[in-house]
Amino acid sequence: MITTIDLEPVNKILAQIELSEKLTNGKIKPAYLIPLLQDIQDEYGYLPRKVLEHVSTISGIPLSRIFGVITFYEQFYMEPQGKHTIKCCRGTACHVKNGQKISDTISEILGIAEGETTEDGLFTFETVACLGTCFLAPVVMIDDQYFGNLTNSEITKIINKYSPKGDMP
Amino acid sequence: MSIVNIKINGKDHQPEIGENILKYALDQGIHIPNLCYDSRLTPSGACRMCIVQIEGRPGVHTACTMTAAEGLSIITDNKEIRALRKSTLELILSEHKTNCTSCDREGACQLQDYAYEYGAAEDKFPSIAATGDSGNYTAEGIAIGYDVEKCIRCMRCVKICAEVQHCEALTFQGRSGEVLVTTPFNMLLTDSSCEMCGQCLDTCPTGALYEKSALGKGRVRSLKKTRTTCLYCGVGCQLDLNVHRESGKLVKVTGETGIIPNDGNTCVKGRFGFDFIHREERLTTPLIREGDAFREADWEEALELVARRFSEIKKESGSDSLAGLSSAKSGNEDNYIMQKFVRSVLGTNNVDHCARLCHASTVAGLARAFGSGAMTNSIDELENTPLIFVIGSNTTECHPVMGIKIRKAVAEGRTKLIVADPRRISLTDIAHLHMQQKPGSDVALINAMMYTILDEKLSDEKFIKERTENFEVFIEAVKNCPPEFAEKVSGVKAEDIRKAARMYASAESASIVYSMGITQHTTGTDNVLSLANLAMLTGNVGKPYSGVNPLRGQNNVQGACDMGALPNVYPGYQKVVEPEIHKKFEKGWNAKLSDKVGLTVVEIMEGARKKEVRGLYVVGENPVLSDPDSNEVFEGLKNLDFLVVQDLFLTETAELADVVLPACSFAERDGTFTNTERRVQKYRRAVNAPGISKPDWEIICSIANKMGAPWAYFDVSEIMKEIASLTPIYGGISYGRIDDVGLQWPCTGTDHPGTKVLHQGKFARGLGKFHPVNFLAQKELPDHEYPLILTTGRMLQHWHTGTMTRKSKVLDEIVPIGYLEINPADAGKLGIEKGEEVSVSSRRGRIRVGVNITEKMAEGVVFLTFHFKESPANALTIAALDPLAKIPEFKACAVKVGKLSR
Ligand code: SF4
Ligand code: SF4
Ligand code: SF4
Ligand code: FES
Ligand code: FES
Repeated sequence: MITTIDLEPVNKILAQIELSEKLTNGKIKPAYLIPLLQDIQDEYGYLPRKVLEHVSTISGIPLSRIFGVITFYEQFYMEPQGKHTIKCCRGTACHVKNGQKISDTISEILGIAEGETTEDGLFTFETVACLGTCFLAPVVMIDDQYFGNLTNSEITKIINKYSPKGDMP
Repeated sequence: MSIVNIKINGKDHQPEIGENILKYALDQGIHIPNLCYDSRLTPSGACRMCIVQIEGRPGVHTACTMTAAEGLSIITDNKEIRALRKSTLELILSEHKTNCTSCDREGACQLQDYAYEYGAAEDKFPSIAATGDSGNYTAEGIAIGYDVEKCIRCMRCVKICAEVQHCEALTFQGRSGEVLVTTPFNMLLTDSSCEMCGQCLDTCPTGALYEKSALGKGRVRSLKKTRTTCLYCGVGCQLDLNVHRESGKLVKVTGETGIIPNDGNTCVKGRFGFDFIHREERLTTPLIREGDAFREADWEEALELVARRFSEIKKESGSDSLAGLSSAKSGNEDNYIMQKFVRSVLGTNNVDHCARLCHASTVAGLARAFGSGAMTNSIDELENTPLIFVIGSNTTECHPVMGIKIRKAVAEGRTKLIVADPRRISLTDIAHLHMQQKPGSDVALINAMMYTILDEKLSDEKFIKERTENFEVFIEAVKNCPPEFAEKVSGVKAEDIRKAARMYASAESASIVYSMGITQHTTGTDNVLSLANLAMLTGNVGKPYSGVNPLRGQNNVQGACDMGALPNVYPGYQKVVEPEIHKKFEKGWNAKLSDKVGLTVVEIMEGARKKEVRGLYVVGENPVLSDPDSNEVFEGLKNLDFLVVQDLFLTETAELADVVLPACSFAERDGTFTNTERRVQKYRRAVNAPGISKPDWEIICSIANKMGAPWAYFDVSEIMKEIASLTPIYGGISYGRIDDVGLQWPCTGTDHPGTKVLHQGKFARGLGKFHPVNFLAQKELPDHEYPLILTTGRMLQHWHTGTMTRKSKVLDEIVPIGYLEINPADAGKLGIEKGEEVSVSSRRGRIRVGVNITEKMAEGVVFLTFHFKESPANALTIAALDPLAKIPEFKACAVKVGKLSR
C-alpha cells in the first residue's frame, strides 16, 4: 500500500507553533519536539518518514534526535496503524494463565504477526509487558476496552464483533 | 582561576575550582576506572565504573560528574568500592557478548582490562546480549562497522557525534534492555548527516565500533603506533599511524585526546586518506625518458643526467633560464634545501611553489598592513572568541578540525558567527548572519561594513591613534562605498551589511577567518588589505581572541613560505633585494647569489612557453591540474628543454618529464611541517619506503653534490640547525624542543616559548598601516555569451589534484567523481536534470561533468572542485593575476553551461 504523503497538514501544524516555542532564528525549540510529534501523529495516524524528514529540515532538530525519541516512547508509530489496536499481554501472570495461546490465536485469526497491521487496515496487533490488570489474566485490550479471563473461543468471538460485519463501530 | 584544597585518598591536592574530578585524578596518574568518560564530552555518569566515596556523605558517587570544591575528600579505592565496581562490570558483561578470542580490540579494550583487573565473571548474570543477526546501520555501508553484540551502551559514540563533530548522525534506538546505536531509520552513514570523521570509532571503549578495513589485520600487540602530523590540510592534526610490526603495513589511524592542536579528533581524510602510501603505482625507481616512453634507471645514472643537463643549460643561457617549483606538501627541511639549491647552485631566485596559487595575496597584503603574513592567532582561541567573521572559507570542509571548533563555540553559545560566502556552506546553517555575496565583490562588502562603522561611530579611536598610520588617506576610499552601493555590486542587502558591521564592531573581541575565497582573485591583495583595515578600524587585532586569520591550505604551505620557497625572499621573509640580507646568505651558504627577484609559478610557465625558461625542477607538485588555464601550462611544460619531476606517483605533470625521481612519502621519513597557526611540528617515519625512493632533501643534496656543492647533512635535525641559524623567526626551534608539542614562531631563542598571538602591543612592522582600497570588478564578468560565474574550490573528502585521496578506498567510495553545483533556477532555465552530464565552457576550454542541482548555489553562480582529472576545472579558469601577489583568479570566471547534444 504505497500512498504519496501530503505535507500540507504538517506545514499547517508547523505554522501554528507559538512563538514561545521557537528559537530566535525561527527554528523550533528541541523541547517542543514531543508535543509536535503527538500533533503530527494525531493528524496522520502515524509518523511517516517523509514528514519527519521535512520536520527536521524546517525545525532544525536533527533527524537522529527525532528518531531516538520516537523509538523511546511506545506511543509513537512509524507505520500506519489499523482502525483498532489489539494489545495482548505477555506479562508473567498472563503467561502463567496461557496468554501465549491467546496471542497465537489472534495472530492466526488476523493472519499477521505481532507489530503488524492487517491489509484491510482494520487491526494492528501488539503485545505488551503488563496491562496492569493481572487479576483478570489472561488479558487483551482492544482500543481502550479490557477483556479478561479469556479463552480461545472468546477472543475469536470478540474479534469478530469488531469486524465490518460485527456490531462494534 | 582559583585553586581549592581537596584530598584524594588522604593526600592533599590543589585542582582549580570546578575542575572535573575524574579528569584531574587521571591527569595526576590516579587510577579510576571509567567506561563512558571521554574528556571531550560532557559527562553522562552512565557506566558507574568511576564511583568513589566522599567523606561525610553516604553512598558512592560518580567521579566523572563531580567538580572540585574546597574541602572535598574522596576515596577512590577500597573493598566496598571494588565490590560494587565488580558487580557493575558483571552486569555490563551480561549485555556484552564476550568474544575476546577473535576481537580486534583485544589488548586495547577498556572493558577487557577492567574485567581482568576486577576479576569480573562473564556469566555471573544470564546473558542478555543483543544478537547482531538482523544487521544494522553499518551492515551495507563503507569504512565503519558496528557490532551490536559488543556494544555496552556507554553513549560515547552518540555524544561525540553530537558534541564534538556536531553532526548528530547517531542516536540510541529503543529503551531499556533493547537499546542500540543507530542512525535515523537505520539509514547508511553516508546517507545521513555523518561526515565520516571516525571520531565515534576512536572513542568507543570496546570493539563495538571498528574500521572495516582493519578487521583481522592485527591487534594492539602486533601494531606499532607512530605519532605524526597529518599530510592534508594546514590544521596539522597529530595522528597516530598504527602499523603492523611484521607486514609493515598501515592498518589504521587513531588520535590521542589532550594533544594539541586536534585533541584526538581528525577529519575523514586524516582518518581514511592514507591508502596511497601502499599503492602499487608508487614510483620505486628513477625513470628516464626514451622517446615516448620511460625506462628504469638507478640513482647514479639519473642524478648524473640531471646534474649534467642543469649545468649545461646554466652555461648556455644563464642561471635565470632555470627554475624550481618546491612543494607545500613536503617538509620544512626539503623546502629549505630546495630553495638553497635553486639559489646557490642553479644561481637564480626562480623558485616558487603553490602558495602562489592560494595565499600569495595574504603574504603580500598582511605583510604590507601588519608586517607579517601569517595567522595572527591560534587555533584553540577560536573556541572562545566572542565573534567570528568567516569570509571565503568553507571551514568545515577545507579545515575540518578547525571547523568543528567553530561549530562547538557557536553551539555552546560562546560565539556569534557571521558568514560571508557565495555558497550556502555548512557553517551558514549555524551562522547568526549569512551574507551571500557575488564572487569578486568582497572589497565592496567590507568597505561598506567600514562605512557603517565610521558612520555610526563604532570605530576604536584609541587603537587607530596609537597603533596605526595612514588612516586619513584610507577613509577617502571608504567614503565612496555606502552599503547601498555594495548591495548593488554584491547582492547582499544593505541592511544585512549594516547588521554585520554593528555585530563585528561591537563584539568584545572579534576574529576574522578567511581563506581562498578572499585570496584567489585578481583583487586578492586588495581583499586581504580590506580585512586588515576592518580589523584595525575596530582594534580587533593584536590580542587574544581577536585578529586576522588566514587558514593556510596545504599541510606545510606556511612552512614552505617560511623556508623561502618564494622568488623574493630567503627563509624567514628576508628580502633578496636587501644588500645586508643578501650578504648574510652569501656568507651563510658560501655561494654567489642573485640579488634579482625571481619568477613566480605562473611567470615560470609563461617563461617556458616563450623559451625563456629552459630547465625546470618540479618537486611534489602537479601544475598540469592545479594551475589556472591548464592548456597553456601543458604547452609550457612541453616546450621545456629539460623537465625533472620528483614525486610519489607518475602524475599528469611527471608524464611530461625527461627524468622522474621517486620520493618517499611523509610516512617513510622524518621532518617537520608548520601548520596554519605557525606551529612547527614533527612528522615521523612509520613505514619503509617503496623501492629505492628517497626523501626529497636527500635527492636534492645529491644533485647539489654532483654540481659541485659540498653539502653534507647527516639528518633533518642538522638541516633544522642551519635553518635556525639563518632565520630569526625559527631561531629557537630545534628537534629536541618540539618532540612532544610543536612550537609557534616567532621563536627567536632557545628559551623563547614561541608566540601564540602576533602583534601584541606592537605590529611586526611597527605601526599597522591602513591602505585605501577601491572596489574593482573581477577580470572577467559574465556576459551574454558566458552568462554564469564559475567559482572553484575543494570538498571535504578530496584533496587538490586527487593524486592521494582518490587512491583511498573510503574517500573514493564516498565521492568517486566530481560534479558541477548549480542553482535549481539556472538548471531549470537550461532544462538540465539532476545527474545529467553537461558541458561547461569558458573562453579557454571546455569540459564535461555531471550536475548536482542545489540551493547551496546562488542564481548565476556555479561551482566545481579541481580534484578530478575527468572534469578539470582549471581548463576553464583564467590566468589573470593579482598585480601585487601574482595570484590567479580561481574564484571567478565567466562560463556557459549547455546540454550535450546527443
Ligand atoms: S564518523 Fe563522525 S560524523 Fe559519522 S557517525 Fe561517527 S562521529 Fe558522527
Ligand atoms: S558503540 Fe561503542 S561507543 Fe557507542 S555506545 Fe556502544 S560501546 Fe559505547
Ligand atoms: S583537519 Fe586537516 S590536518 Fe586534520 S585530519 Fe583533516 S586534513 Fe588532516
Ligand atoms: S501480566 Fe498480564 S496484565 Fe499483568
Ligand atoms: S565514567 Fe563516570 S559513570 Fe562512566
